[in-house]
Amino acid sequence: MELLCPAGNLAALKAAFNAGADAVYLGLKDDTNARSFAGLNFSAEQIKQASQLAKQQNRKLFLTLNTFAKPGHEGRWQHAIDLAADLNLDAVICADISLLEYAHHHYPGLPLHLSVQASATNVAALSFYKKQFNIERAVLPRVLSMKQVRDLAKVSPVDLEVFAFGSLCIMAEGRCQLSSYVTGQSPNTGGSCSPANHVRWQDSGTDKLTRLNEVLIDKASQNEQLGYPVVCKGRYQTNSQMTPEYMLESPTSLNTIGLIPELAQAGIRSLKIEGRQRSPAYVTQVTQVWRQAIDTYFQSPEHFNDKLNNQPQWHSALDKVSEGQVTTLGAYERQWQ
Amino acid sequence: MKLSLGSLTYCWNKASIFEYYQAIADTSIDTVYLGEVICSRRREMKYKDYLELAHMLAAKGKKVILTTMTLIESQSEIIELKRIIDNGEFAIEANDMAAVNLASEANLPFVCGPSLNLYNRGSLDIMQKLGMTRFVMPYELSREWLEQVITQSTTPFETEVLGYGYMPLAHSARCFTAKHHQKPKLDCQIVCLQYPKGLLTQTQESQPLLRLNGIQTQSAAKINLINQIPLMSKIGVDYWRLSPTGMDDIGLINQIASSQHRDLLAITPSTSAIECNGYWFGEAGMQINQSTNAL
Repeated sequence: MELLCPAGNLAALKAAFNAGADAVYLGLKDDTNARSFAGLNFSAEQIKQASQLAKQQNRKLFLTLNTFAKPGHEGRWQHAIDLAADLNLDAVICADISLLEYAHHHYPGLPLHLSVQASATNVAALSFYKKQFNIERAVLPRVLSMKQVRDLAKVSPVDLEVFAFGSLCIMAEGRCQLSSYVTGQSPNTGGSCSPANHVRWQDSGTDKLTRLNEVLIDKASQNEQLGYPVVCKGRYQTNSQMTPEYMLESPTSLNTIGLIPELAQAGIRSLKIEGRQRSPAYVTQVTQVWRQAIDTYFQSPEHFNDKLNNQPQWHSALDKVSEGQVTTLGAYERQWQ
Repeated sequence: MKLSLGSLTYCWNKASIFEYYQAIADTSIDTVYLGEVICSRRREMKYKDYLELAHMLAAKGKKVILTTMTLIESQSEIIELKRIIDNGEFAIEANDMAAVNLASEANLPFVCGPSLNLYNRGSLDIMQKLGMTRFVMPYELSREWLEQVITQSTTPFETEVLGYGYMPLAHSARCFTAKHHQKPKLDCQIVCLQYPKGLLTQTQESQPLLRLNGIQTQSAAKINLINQIPLMSKIGVDYWRLSPTGMDDIGLINQIASSQHRDLLAITPSTSAIECNGYWFGEAGMQINQSTNAL
């Protein structure tokens, strides 16, 4: 079971490899990926360096190409595929069917991973991508329960990757327009959810407020913590209930460390850590814990749960870097749904 | 350009649904999409009930398209999808690649619904080769996008744009309506029956923002592109879609169908009735652009 970690720059990439990542995913410095933030990501030259590092250390490197090509600008996305093929990267993570076709047609030897942004949640959809574009692997959206993941893994025509840890997207990824409804930019079209240039942290004296394109997302007293303002994690009210509540989800992160045995038994090929936008220190911290946890499981699967209970530092290390210092199993757990 | 009626997104009781479509049958609407798109736990309407409505509408001269689920997570939902694809009479609307896959295997023509991630002409051409006859533009895209895509060359498929109604914005594993009522999703007691237009959600400054509709999140504001009908007609949009909101739709459909284009141009979105049109103008979806795009 592969441990797949994020990198937003070369320092994070090195941190991931040093801490035991089997593979790293990264993106170019433009809107071809959904973490298109200033100062983040890799130039073509830096990807070349990253690729050399990966090969020296016998690790894998995947290029994230998870936005949708804009009409008239398809060349930018196609060139990214050309680059991945030229450098012999281990896979391209892609959602746009026109790009999957481009890669499949021009570079049949380049492995394709279906991005979570393609929202493939069932065997008929996975079969579609396998049949049309010969994808090797698919990343599952964070909408399936553990039982549904297990059932799907039994019949899936491709390897499966799941999100193991990090920011929790609670919607079927790739089909969420909450960000563009408020700001005009979505991960699909603009390269990020809740883009930073639309975010305003406000201090009213008594309260702290977060706004997204001037829409009030959350308000808290001075000693309470506020999350980054995304629409799905705001506190809202209704006509009959004026006390604001988290109507969709509270600021919290996904942590599936306790599911390692079940995910391994289900035959999941890869565990993905979210966070290309996070620091090298985050990457080190999270990768170390997950490396130890995965190794612990495979050394003696039957003792994993005891060991997990005796390793409170794993939980505290992960909680420390989680949004709101709170974690959840999200949709993997039926009760959450 | 013709008028179409998208599928009902809300959970209404069976009697209200029959009453609504019986009234729709007497309007001059061209095409009606029928079926459950949100949640397989909603069992007010069975497959045979939708077929009964489909036959009733077809007998009144309407073109009927059976629609399919947006978020398909289980084998039982795949079985239901196959049943719709094998209906033997009506075309289908695909809202997930599962439906595209099964319809193309069955050689059944299909409409690509608005939740499929089709963001460029290359993607549409792939769909067309697999059997797509019509394409409903994803909600977050704009007039400028559409003009680039449908004028790149001849367009061997039809185009449809949502012009009126509340916009679906997201789908989740979590049922937000059940959560609001502190009920688990598996024992939700179909609380969404209480919200025939979804549960309106406001910011702490009382700004309407979202409409919770089970596992779906919609816009609080209603998209209104009535004054864009003449322009859409000119640039080659084939169908202008309304999304069902209630019995008021009947009067609106009749009014649009009987109006001259210049009368429609004069209708501007109301800033008081929480309407929006931003996506069409390349802006944030919730915004109002007062431009009428005079021809």
